[in-house]
This record gives sequence, structure tokens and C-alpha cells, in this order.
Amino acid sequence: MADLEVVIGLEIHVQLATATKMFCSCALSFGDPPNIHTCPVCLALPGALPVVNERAIHLGLMIGMALGCELAPRSIFHRKNYFYPDSPKGYQISQYDEPLCRGGELEGVRIHRVHLEEDAAKLIHLGSSGRIHGSQTSVVDFNRGGTPLVEIVTEPDLRSAAAAREWLELLRATLRALGVSDVNMDEGSLRADANVSLRRVGASELGTKAELKNMNSFRFLERGIAAEVERQRAIVEGGGEVEQETLHFDPASGQLTPLRSKEDAQDYRYFPEPDLVPIAITAEMLDAARSAMPELPAARAQRFESEFEISGDRARQLAFRSELGDFFERAVAADGGAAAVHARRIADLLTGEVLARLGDSDPASSRLEPAALAALAGLLADGAVTATAAREVLDALIADGGDPAAVIAARRLGRVADSEGLAELVERAIAADPDAAEQVRAGNAKAIGALVGPIMRETRGRADGAELQRLIREALGVGGD
Amino acid sequence: MSHGAAEIVGLSAASAAAAVHAGDLDAGELFEAYRSRAAADRLNAFVWVAERAPADAGAGSGGPLGGVPVAVKDLFCTEGVPSQSGSRILEGYRPPYTATVVSRLAGAGAPLLGKTNQDEFAMGSSTENSGFGPTRNPWDDSRVPGGSSGGSAAAVAARLAPWAIGTDTGGSIRQPAALCGIVGLKPTYGAVSRYGMIAFASSLDQAGPLTRDVTDAALLFSAMTGPRDPLDSTSLDYPASLPRPSRRDLSGVRLGVPAELTGEGIEPGVLESFEATLDLARELGAAVEPCALPHAGHALAAYYVLAPAEASSNLARFDGVRYGYRASDSSDLLSMYTRTRHDGFGAEVKRRIMLGTYALSSGYYDAFYGRAQRVRTKIAQDFAAAFERFDFIVTPTAPGVAFPLGAKTSDPLAMYLNDFCTVPMSLAGIPAISIPSGLAASPDGDRPLPVGFQLAAPPFREGALLDAAFALEQAIGFDASAAAAEA
Repeated sequence: MADLEVVIGLEIHVQLATATKMFCSCALSFGDPPNIHTCPVCLALPGALPVVNERAIHLGLMIGMALGCELAPRSIFHRKNYFYPDSPKGYQISQYDEPLCRGGELEGVRIHRVHLEEDAAKLIHLGSSGRIHGSQTSVVDFNRGGTPLVEIVTEPDLRSAAAAREWLELLRATLRALGVSDVNMDEGSLRADANVSLRRVGASELGTKAELKNMNSFRFLERGIAAEVERQRAIVEGGGEVEQETLHFDPASGQLTPLRSKEDAQDYRYFPEPDLVPIAITAEMLDAARSAMPELPAARAQRFESEFEISGDRARQLAFRSELGDFFERAVAADGGAAAVHARRIADLLTGEVLARLGDSDPASSRLEPAALAALAGLLADGAVTATAAREVLDALIADGGDPAAVIAARRLGRVADSEGLAELVERAIAADPDAAEQVRAGNAKAIGALVGPIMRETRGRADGAELQRLIREALGVGGD
Repeated sequence: MSHGAAEIVGLSAASAAAAVHAGDLDAGELFEAYRSRAAADRLNAFVWVAERAPADAGAGSGGPLGGVPVAVKDLFCTEGVPSQSGSRILEGYRPPYTATVVSRLAGAGAPLLGKTNQDEFAMGSSTENSGFGPTRNPWDDSRVPGGSSGGSAAAVAARLAPWAIGTDTGGSIRQPAALCGIVGLKPTYGAVSRYGMIAFASSLDQAGPLTRDVTDAALLFSAMTGPRDPLDSTSLDYPASLPRPSRRDLSGVRLGVPAELTGEGIEPGVLESFEATLDLARELGAAVEPCALPHAGHALAAYYVLAPAEASSNLARFDGVRYGYRASDSSDLLSMYTRTRHDGFGAEVKRRIMLGTYALSSGYYDAFYGRAQRVRTKIAQDFAAAFERFDFIVTPTAPGVAFPLGAKTSDPLAMYLNDFCTVPMSLAGIPAISIPSGLAASPDGDRPLPVGFQLAAPPFREGALLDAAFALEQAIGFDASAAAAEA
């Protein structure tokens, strides 16, 4: 059996952070009492007509620019016809063969298209299962109906579940930097579907794909794709053929259950929306979008690398998670901005120790202050605190906030200086373990660990290891290297 | 000063408005004169009549429309008042908002008199497709008033209303105006807001006036237009309001007569009246010459793809979920949808939904919808070319006079042919007016019935169109009093 290659394309829906809905002036909302943000237009009352939200076009253009798309001078809306209670008009207003943006690329993944559309209302099935089968009553909340959406479709350029996750994280950072969306997967303001297929390595044709829905976190996206890859791999290796279908990922069980097969594919009877005129992009609209463009993650990574002399990997790690990049910049500013001398150490602390403690959550939502992190980096550089003790300081800063110097003083975590009797501690250690001392004298360098260990324990890591070794060798009359 | 009701309803709307402005007529008395006639309607022209004059009837009478009440086709949404578009699926539906054009008319001093009958969702040419029974023609109550704005046309002809508004998608203002012996104007697409008009075919629907004479049409039309409606993306700023039509001659006016729309299939009596009107036009100084609209013969076929296609989508919202009729005891979602729509829609509406759904289906789109759009473009180009040589294109409005109730209900194609002369202008989006040109014998009866004469103009040339129509109207001197007597 030849090696198989995983091929993944993503379709991402992004709720735009406009003040009002895509085609009416109702406010956007999340978690409000049902059906309070509605009007004749978003309830599809007879005679009501849509009017395009100009702000949504502006945000769509910014996304197109950020992704390097070709922006259509003229694009049109289509009606996508289907019957379902979450679609009050009986059609969704979307874009079809003349979208706002085409082409583009983000970090090696090509963009197929970016278009504008409206979100569906929310259908709630009352009863135990929470799904339509087995439910006696279903109710509709139209608050979400008509929320502006941008759909971003990639080319099938991703090659693993992990790569898909990483790229989606970069996309989210990009969208967040643009300020076009809350990009919150929990609340559904960022939603991703994945098209997954396998093919023989070297083949140019795509295999039959399955479409995965409902992966509402980065972790679920990665897990869902990984599960689907394994499912398809088992089919192919068993000599079978993958069938085209749409699958629903259940994060609780990790199971993929079929939603519909190719035979059930709907005919949406797309046709140009006669209630709207074409979107004609003017030079003013392009200027407005261009001048609203912030620095994007990829550019920010390059700037971090050149401005603060940190490694490319480290710079991308910071810049591609915009909240880390923001925290980093605030810490560097506290360290003196352009004159900052501890930037590299701040970056190391943030991507290392801080991330290890906070995982996916935003450091700004902990009690750790950027200035405190900068101060800690300075104390480490000056040798006022050891790396070991610094971890304890960081724990305290994250939990309780405050200033590292104060924490060090209060908890007596400062580096043990000579004046505090380091020499005496050395003498005591040699006296306590004469065998080790003898071995060190005899030239066994490794044996010095047996002398250093007890001192570290006694000082709770506050002693400087290198300084300690120098003192021991000096006391034993062994020369340096 | 007190007036007899007969005297009041004998006034044209413009004359009534002038009388109110002059202090010679009380707006409340005017309203009541029509209200009581409309409430006693024997033609089934109205589906709802106001119970009393609005409290502020006097307040609005200072506006240009002078407090002269207006009858409004059922499909315009009117807050708190039934707005059913002639359909059982919307029986008793009272919208929470009012259509822009109805609000504009009220603001200009024309309060709502009542809602008028129509073919269901404006699909029809006889008003027999109404879910609330057919309307009868005031000239002969065994005959149809035309459609789909048949209730509005019959109400105006019978003086149950001083004037009315309707909508025209393929002829639904002009054809009933012709069959009822009144004036009907279909404006340029985009001139009047569609917000609050229950849609049939969005790219074609346009509201316009149905009035006793051209002067009333100009006055009512002026109040329907204005700055573009921010709630209707397809609406446009309409230039300044129109002056009262005053032209008495047609010297220097070039009229084009398209062979494609003035030959086969037109009743001899209608053609005779048309020719007589052309003679009058020549006497008034017009140059009358043949012109070509090479693609006009395909207009009806294209229309019956495009309009049903849009309708199939526009009518999807009537699903029983949020408002209107819902079939009871459905076991699941699909049966609720199918039974609601099966019971709620009439046969013609269902026929067009199926036609339109088919035309948009995957694999058929290019052959039907795509092709029909190309025909539409060609027809618009035909008109643009013709208007380089002519000021107006003229045709009979409808191929025949009013036909008996039931005569065409079992033959949809015969019914569709009523729109043969009006559909091309709808597809091109240009304004067209129908004025009564006289009476003609029906092929199936001896009583003379009204004939309509249609003039079409380039986009936004309603002012010139109304002026030319006024000159012809004065020369024709049509007497419409017989219809008022009948009612």
C-alpha cells in the first residue's frame, strides 16, 4: 500500500462585528432574551426588503486585503433557496458566482474566495435529546438571524489536522488584529467546517471528500479531522472507497455521525437576488479599507524579529496569537520600548513559563501585569533572582498580581549572595560529604552535583548554581576549566 | 357648505382636492361619501373598508392630495389593517408596519379608504384568482374587471373610490384600467418604493396610480415618488414633482407603432379604436410611423420564466411558521410545510411556483432563467433603439375588451395572452400608461365596453408621458359615467 497524503480544505464562517444586522437595522446580540432583536426584514414579514449593511462590505474588503485577495469591482448577491424554520425567507441571501473577493493566500494556504452572507436564526428543539428527532416542539430565536457573515474558503492546501489547527489560529489572529469579528468559537462567531480527503502521495487528483461540521473549538477541529483521517485511512487500507458525505462531530464522544450523503444534496436554485443592486466598489471604499488596515500577524512577526532580535519561531509564536503579541508589546514598552534591553528574555518567559501555566487563555486575563513580567526579566538578567526562584515568583504574580521585587522580598526568594554566608554553606557541604569532595579533588567533575544539591535544597534554589560550583572548586583547590 | 354624495363623487380627485383646499368641501364629508359607497360595494371590489374617517382627516387635507381618500390594493402592507394579497394563506393577516408608498400618500393628505381585491399574489389578469371571490366589472357585472389590480380599477370606475393604487408586474395596472375605462400608470421601475408591497416578482413589480383621468394620475403619482426610499435598495430618487398636465396638441411628437404588438390576436373592435386614436393623434400634430421591436414577440415567454422564478422564491416565506395560515395536526415539519402551502395557495399560484422552481433547477437554469434574462436584455435594447427615433411607443393596452367571468379560467395560456402588449414594457422597466380610447363591441356580446390605449416612454419620462396622454384624453373625450351608474 502506497503512502497516503491527507488533504484538507477549510470553510470558515466569521460573524462580523458590525453594530447592526446584514440587511436590517436590528442590533447584533448574543445571549439576550429570544426574539427581541427582530423587525419585519429579519422576520421576513410580507413586503419587507433587505438593505445591505455598508459596514459589512467595508469589513469584508479589509479581510480580502489582509488575505491578499483580488477584490471584485462589482459583485452581486444571490438567493440560496431552502426550506427550514431557521431561514424565515425560505432563502439565504449569499454570494455565489460573483463574490466580493477571490484568490489570495495566508502563510502558504491559498484562499479560494471570500464572500458576504447572512447567518441563520437559531432553532431550539425542546425535549430531552436537543435534536430535532424525538423532540415534540421546536422554537425559533430570530435574534441571530441576519447577523452578517463572511465565508472564507481555502484551497485544499493543508496536510494534517495539526496544520489545520495552526493555520486556523493564525487566521483568527489575523481577523482579531483586523478588529472585524469577536472570533469566539464558543459563541459561534468563528465557525469552521473541514473538507477532508486522502490520496496517494504524488497524486494530483483529489480523493473523495467528507465534510465535517460543528467543530466549535480549535481542539475539536484538530480531533475531528484526526478522527476523520483515521476513519478514511481504515476504509482505504481495507480496500474500500470513501463516500462523499457530511459528518457531524460530537465533541463529547469524539464520534462522527453522518448528516447527509451525496444523494441528499439539495438543489439550492441559486439566482441573482432581485431585491438588491450589485455591490460596486469605489476608490473611496478601497481607500477607507486600506487606511483602516492594522499591522497583521505575519508583518508583526517580522517586526518582532528585526526590532527585538528574537528568533523567527519565537516571533511567530507571539504574533500569531495576537493576545500574546499584545502582552509582549506592553511588557516591552514597560521595559523601555525601543530601548528595551530585556525583550528576548520577556519573549522567552512569555512563550515558556507563562504559556505553560496559562495554556490557551489570554495572559491579560490573569493578574500578571506586563510591567511585572518585564521587571522579572530584568531581575533575572541582573542575577537578582535565579531561574528556579523566578518560577515561584511567576506563580505568585499570576495568582495575586503585584511587583516581582516585592514578591521576592516578601518571600525571601532573592539570590543568596556571598554576604549571606554562601562560603559557609560550601564549607558545611564539603564537611558533610567528604567522599564527594575527594572525588572532585581527584578530577571527577560530575561528583560536584552531590555537593551542590544540598545547598540548593537549603536555599530553595535561590543560590546561583554557577557561582556555587566556582566556590566549591575554589574551596577544594581544583582549578577551573 | 353641504353637498349631495352624488355631487361629491362626481368630482375628479384633483377637483375634490381643489375644493377642499378652497374650503368648499369638508374632508370628513368627502371621506364619508366614498366610505359609504365602498361599504355598499356590490362588485366585490373591496376586501376591507375603513369604518370611519381617520381622526386627523382634516389635518391631512392641507397636503397636496387634499384629504381625498385612496383605495389601496390588498398587497400593500397597512399597519393593523388586513393585508392579504388576495390569498387565503394570509387571511386576516394584519402587518405591524405600513408600506412606504401608503405612508407617503397619507403624509400628502390621502387617507386610507379601503383595501381592494386582487388576483392572489397579483398572479392573474381577471381578479378571478382572488382567495376572496372575483371582482365584477362595473360596465357589465357578468364580466371581469381585468387584473391583477381589478379591485382598484373597478372601485375607481364605479366611483366607489376617488382614486386608487395598484401594482403592475406584467400589466396588472394597465390591463384592468383598460377593461374598466380608467387611467392606469405603470411607472419606471424604481420610481416608487416597493417596501411593504407583498412581492410577486421583485424585478418587475412596480406600484402606480389608477385614476379617473390623466390629471388625477399625475397628482397621485407625484405623491408616490420623491427621494429614494432607504428601505428599498432598488428605488431611485425621483426628480421634482410633476406639473399638472396641460398639453393640448401633439405637434412634433413622434409615435412609434410596433407591428409586433398591433397585429394578430387583437380583437377587431380594439384595433378599430386603436386606429381611431392614432388618427386623432395625427390631427393633434403627431407623426405616427411603424417601428420595430424585434424581440417583443418573445416577451411573454421570457416573462413566464422570470416572474414565476422570482415568485417561487418570494413565496417561500409563506411556510406557516411565523404568520398566516398553518395547517393543523401536522405530524412533522415537512407535512406542516406541504399541507400549509397545499391548502393556503390557490391553483394559479401553485402552478407558477412549480414553473418557477423548475426554471431555476440545477441543469435547467441556463436553458430557462438564463435565456429569459438574455431575451429581457434584448427587449430593453429594442426599446432603447426605438426611442432614438420616437418619443413614445403606442399599442392597444389589452388585446380584447372585458371578458365574461369564467371564460378563461380553465385556459391559463389564453389568460396569459391578456398581457401580450404590456409585458414588454415591464421587462424593459420603462413607464407606460393606459388611457380609455373609447368603447368597442365584445366578440361575445353586444354591449360596448371600454378599450385602452397604451403609450410607453423612456425611463423617467413620466412627465412627458402624462402630458401626451392628457392631450389625447382631451381629444378623445371618453364618457365613463355608465360605469358609475351600474354600481
